[in-house]
Amino acid sequence: MVDQIVIPLLKILITLNATLVAVTFMVLLERKVIAWVQNRLGPMRVGPHGMLQPIADVIKLMTKEDITPVKADRYVFTLAPFLALIPALIVFAVIPFGPEVSLFGRRVVLQITDLNVGLLYIVSVASIGVYGIILAGWASNSKFPLLASLRASAQLISYEVAVTMALVSMVVSAGTLSMAGIINAQFEQGVWYAFVQPLAFFIFFVGGLAETNRAPFDLAEAEQELTGGFHTEYSGMRFALFFLAEYANMIVVSAVATTLFLGGWLRPFPNVEFLGFLGFIPGWCWFLAKTFVFLYVFLWVRATLPRYRYDQLMRLGWKVLIPLAIANVVVSGILKVLL
Amino acid sequence: MLTTLTFYTLAFLILVFAALVVTARNTVYSILFLVGDFLAVALLYAAMNSMFVAAIQVLVYAGGIVVLYLFVVMLVNLKRPAEEAIAPQRHNLLGWLLSAAVLGELVFLGVYNAFRSAAGPNLGPAGGTVGFVENVGVALYADYLIPFELASMLLLVAMVGAIILARREL
Amino acid sequence: MITTTHYMVLSAALFMIGVLGVVTRRNIIIIFMSIELILNAVNINLMAFSMRWGNPVGQVFTLFVIAVAAAEAAVGLGIILALYRNKDTINIDEMNIMRS
Repeated sequence: MVDQIVIPLLKILITLNATLVAVTFMVLLERKVIAWVQNRLGPMRVGPHGMLQPIADVIKLMTKEDITPVKADRYVFTLAPFLALIPALIVFAVIPFGPEVSLFGRRVVLQITDLNVGLLYIVSVASIGVYGIILAGWASNSKFPLLASLRASAQLISYEVAVTMALVSMVVSAGTLSMAGIINAQFEQGVWYAFVQPLAFFIFFVGGLAETNRAPFDLAEAEQELTGGFHTEYSGMRFALFFLAEYANMIVVSAVATTLFLGGWLRPFPNVEFLGFLGFIPGWCWFLAKTFVFLYVFLWVRATLPRYRYDQLMRLGWKVLIPLAIANVVVSGILKVLL
Repeated sequence: MLTTLTFYTLAFLILVFAALVVTARNTVYSILFLVGDFLAVALLYAAMNSMFVAAIQVLVYAGGIVVLYLFVVMLVNLKRPAEEAIAPQRHNLLGWLLSAAVLGELVFLGVYNAFRSAAGPNLGPAGGTVGFVENVGVALYADYLIPFELASMLLLVAMVGAIILARREL
Repeated sequence: MITTTHYMVLSAALFMIGVLGVVTRRNIIIIFMSIELILNAVNINLMAFSMRWGNPVGQVFTLFVIAVAAAEAAVGLGIILALYRNKDTINIDEMNIMRS
């Protein structure tokens, strides 16, 4: 009874809380990193070096007036932010944070559930995330958000294909769809899959940038384009939910990339006994460090690269990434059989 | 006990959402209820221990086909915000009665044969292993490879056809 | 004890709701969505019997039905868009130019 109900509930609580806190501090981290790249300091007033800025942000968003446009569809207008946030959060159910550990005398796997089809679950839940954007634009009953949301959702579904193909080539390499199984396969083959499948890594990362509407693919929500995109008419807590959803999506993409390509919670050179002294650092620390590296690269790319135009973006997705991804699947399959 | 509860809850959700799809006046609400229906069906498959088909149901049906419907509804509504015209009275009652009659007949046939058949209880332990990815994959690629290739041809033809049909003749 | 008869009744009910939608509604997009409901009813039936007999062919058939439904939805919606551009309506009662 304890194993079936209490432990998963505790895992869910801890994961959700950690995610939501991480997301609020991601906002601060983004502003700081972009500021440092641009040779300035970022938020410095609230708390030491601006560390308590997220609290100020949360208070601001919670106390803002909650406006619903007059002719907007009330139910869908309220539903859309939830449809954007929920898929981003439930993906954490299959992400392996660490190996099996002994906690208070019980063996506990640091993963909420190890689905047989974990990777497919992630892809299918990501495809539900499109609804939040489309419905947000439509429910606002205003031309700019509608066009921006149609553009954003077209971008999302285009890059979904490329990302899914890249993940399929990972499945071919690992021989299993379960996330814990992929980490196990990396352990047994003794090499991180980033070195076995560099093209899939690249496609997944670029596709992940596009899937989360992050720069340089953020024309759907940038303020210089279409007056703020699909969340123009949202204010207060609903806008906060959209932002939570975007940063949670970023963390999800980073976590999935860590698991698939950087070996998850494995330490570097997991098969080499010589470096066994690194084993005193627990698995979840390695996982968090690698995820953080990816998050930093997300912010770095945002600070550095200019924005893509819409037709350039669609051309990149359809004419470059999808053929490359499909070719990658074919070559992976051939090499897997030959070797 | 838990499987019975799960089945009845999911069956109730599926039928309620389907009824709402058919009777909602606003097209976008119909589409949202359809998404709910597909997600409930996917949960039903997951309760049958067939996670692969459940994930494909969510990915293709709820995440692909219904998004396509939503796009078309938005493109159609962009030019004409008015609702569908109030057409002359259709004889909807006849449709309802006929559907109820056919449904009653189908249910009767199913239940009657279930009571008449000599075989034991009809379902194995909740799912078994037939729904696992490996088994489905082996069946798909070994026994049914030709239909698989034909299905991919069909999808290619459909994609090309849809692009040509929906193209603007500018 | 949930038997295949339960699944068959659920599938029949969903099927009839779909048929009701096709017969009753005038909005052509709702008619297409009711066709999707009919296909889902068939899928539930196939999956239930696949579980009963332990034969993966039911699951394979379900996958094919899903693929064909996707193809049909794409082409059907293309036709709807072309029709809308020409007739400026999505009400099937007004699409009767082949009727003399």
